[in-house]
Amino acid sequence: MSLRSPLSRARGLGASKQGTHHWYVQRISAVAMLPLMLWLIFAIAGLAGSDHGAVAEWVASPVNTTLLVILVATMFYHALLGTQVVIEDYLHHEGAKMAVLIATRFALIVGGVIGVVAVLKTSFGA
Amino acid sequence: MSAKPSPERPLSPFMIGPYYRPQLTSMLSILHRITGVINTVGAFLLSGWLLSIASGPAAYDAFMGHASAWYGLFFLFGWTWTVAYHLCNGVRHLYWDTGRGFDLDTVYKTGYAVIAGSVVLTVLVWIVVLI
Repeated sequence: MSLRSPLSRARGLGASKQGTHHWYVQRISAVAMLPLMLWLIFAIAGLAGSDHGAVAEWVASPVNTTLLVILVATMFYHALLGTQVVIEDYLHHEGAKMAVLIATRFALIVGGVIGVVAVLKTSFGA
Repeated sequence: MSAKPSPERPLSPFMIGPYYRPQLTSMLSILHRITGVINTVGAFLLSGWLLSIASGPAAYDAFMGHASAWYGLFFLFGWTWTVAYHLCNGVRHLYWDTGRGFDLDTVYKTGYAVIAGSVVLTVLVWIVVLI
């Protein structure tokens, strides 16, 4: 059952071109990141002063590899959702908005994939 | 809402200052966005750090050379706080999402709690760095 009025259905989606999905996944990714970020900042703080071997060994532990992959993916997804809203709010020229949205998405996807690949490469070797 | 904003009716957040007296609530609100954007920059640097680990000792030492320089430490310390703030205020937002905490008294109480929480979290992280 839809709660939308016939008029709203006929006119299509609202200004954001979508419904509550964006809001919902932003919250879900936020909830996921709460424990992950607390873990990350204290883990990195604990690694301060360690040499490459010790840090690589830390990344390569199965638990840390798993958490890092989930964290990097969630972090960039959450950043993608957040920056999208900021861009939509402050850029009003349709062409510029679309260009910046696409460029930001590309950059965030590249950044996220680099992070995940780097963790996996450290874990599984060259 | 009209298609074009007029100078008489500036859009949020640009009305803060000349048209709208800043208060704790509006400042914390815009800070959530600003820290979110800074944390996005931090996400790229996290990927850079992980990439340097994957690339071997020379790349890692080069990365850490920048990280431990004055500008690196400045960013890392600032980033710790922006992450801590966004995390604490994010919890405040999740609490709001349940439909609670909107009366003026509670909004100010949770606002001050977020500031205190972000500072405490930042200090705790740097205590771990230094010990």
